[in-house]
Amino acid sequence: MQWIWEGIQQAFQLLFKDAEVLQITLLSLRISGSATLLSLFIGMPLGTFLALKKFPTREFWISLINTGMALPPVVVGLVVSLLLWRSGPLGNLQLMYTTGAIVIAQIVIAAPVVTGLTVSALQQLDPKLQYQLLGLGASKLQMVWILWKEARLPLLAALMAGFGSVISEVGASMMVGGNLRYETRVLTTAIVLETNKGQFGKAIALSIILLVLAFLVNMVLTSVQQRNLPSK
Amino acid sequence: MSETILDIKNLKIFRNQSLVLTIDELGIKKGELLAVIGPNGAGKSSMIMALSGLLPFDQGEIFFEGQLVHPKDFFEYRRKIGMVLQNPLLLDDSVEDNIAVGLRFRGESKKESNQKAKLWMERLGISHLTKRKARQLSGGEAQRVSLARALVLKPKLLFLDEPFGALDAPTRARLIEDFIELQKQEAITTIFVTHDQNEALWMGDRVAVIMEGKLRQIGHPDEVFNSPIDADVASFVGTETIIPGKVVAVQDGLASVQVDGYSLEVVGDVHPGQKVFICLRPEHLTLWLDSSLGQSSARNFLRGTIKQITPQGVLDRVTLDCGFYLVGLITRSSTRDMGLEVGMNVTASFKSSSAHLVVRGGE
Repeated sequence: MQWIWEGIQQAFQLLFKDAEVLQITLLSLRISGSATLLSLFIGMPLGTFLALKKFPTREFWISLINTGMALPPVVVGLVVSLLLWRSGPLGNLQLMYTTGAIVIAQIVIAAPVVTGLTVSALQQLDPKLQYQLLGLGASKLQMVWILWKEARLPLLAALMAGFGSVISEVGASMMVGGNLRYETRVLTTAIVLETNKGQFGKAIALSIILLVLAFLVNMVLTSVQQRNLPSK
Repeated sequence: MSETILDIKNLKIFRNQSLVLTIDELGIKKGELLAVIGPNGAGKSSMIMALSGLLPFDQGEIFFEGQLVHPKDFFEYRRKIGMVLQNPLLLDDSVEDNIAVGLRFRGESKKESNQKAKLWMERLGISHLTKRKARQLSGGEAQRVSLARALVLKPKLLFLDEPFGALDAPTRARLIEDFIELQKQEAITTIFVTHDQNEALWMGDRVAVIMEGKLRQIGHPDEVFNSPIDADVASFVGTETIIPGKVVAVQDGLASVQVDGYSLEVVGDVHPGQKVFICLRPEHLTLWLDSSLGQSSARNFLRGTIKQITPQGVLDRVTLDCGFYLVGLITRSSTRDMGLEVGMNVTASFKSSSAHLVVRGGE
């Protein structure tokens, strides 16, 4: 038990003194933040299209997206690796073992989450609301904007779930980023490395940061969400 | 004839390859309130959706103010109409912002749109709700907001899809009165869908009956309710007694119809030998005890046994077996005063002008 306590003490020292820990934290935020944001740009329009447009294969695509919400990060890591590998179809982009590769992998993980939750958020609204808005003279874009506003609560939940899914994944980041020090090492890959090395103090410190980070981001989003609770 | 604002020609709507609505020809007159009635699933809502440019139709044409409306012009067309649905579907905003939303879609500033919203809130008696959150309103208040939201757009054509259906009776009556007043003042052409025949009778300048996806009859409310075009429409508009018979003679517009041993006299444009239905609304049937029979001026008297007495609001619905069934509505106090009860023999009468003849299909 002593070594766990020492680990925690060491963790707090590292939090404020180790420049590398700060660098890893900021890099994690930058990568997962960008991936979430880009997933939002992909997932919200795609989810809106799937929720509102009726076409013959719609159910198939929604099922596919829902399956994608549970994609194992290591499988994503493998597929993105195969694509970005030097001899792979996108090898000439030379993205393998860069932060760009991690962002791509994390988009593949988060975009289905955002898309799937956008579909369900919009499908919870009264389907006649679309007709009502168009009947009041809304353009299609104006209609979508109002629908997003009306579904803002579950859409914020989609954003939180998207961020949560990428900030905490390790398999894909490890495989496509390579865990290169000062380049592609993020919180989760660093925790794996330090644990393997037996450096439990540093691993605990990084874990605490990861938890606090996830908590802070979700707290901000939750406070926005709760402030926007629909009036009863 | 009044000028039409909307003309529909050969409209057909299919859903999952089955035909859900056919309208061969229909003209909506400027300023009129057309009430569209029909049973559930008859195609009324499909009609409103199609005519408001929200549901693409498979065949046919719509002319708005004489101009053909192409599907690609639906957006522009929708900016000239207003729409109110049964569920007010208010946005999670203030009442004022809800009413102004259509104006803002049209690019009007917040100040300008709120001023217009204020005017319509006053006209609909909801000024005191301006800053209230729309989701906190009662059903009647919410529907007033929904009406104001449509009326503030000054629509050339207003579509109402059962907007009063979910309201309690007093709230509904007040809102209908206020709406009729505004509709007449502003001469807003309105197409109003309802399954409530009383609403149609009350509000409609004309009534259209849609059944099984077809426009079956359109005309003045009295005409539709008292002279339904066929037995189905008759049954739907509340003609509970529909008796098959055969015309045996016609003299001065008065037909003698042979029905199961009786010879009944009914006013109608028919010919001897034609098979017809005699359609009789329950409120046109009078019941007599044998002792008071001499006081009636009716031409048709039928003797029968009371089979059933069912309370219906403040009235009693009495079913009489005369070899065929007759249904009448009488006040509860009359039932009491006459001592009516099941199994009792009474005489029913109706005037020759109270019944309506419908020629049976294919005759």
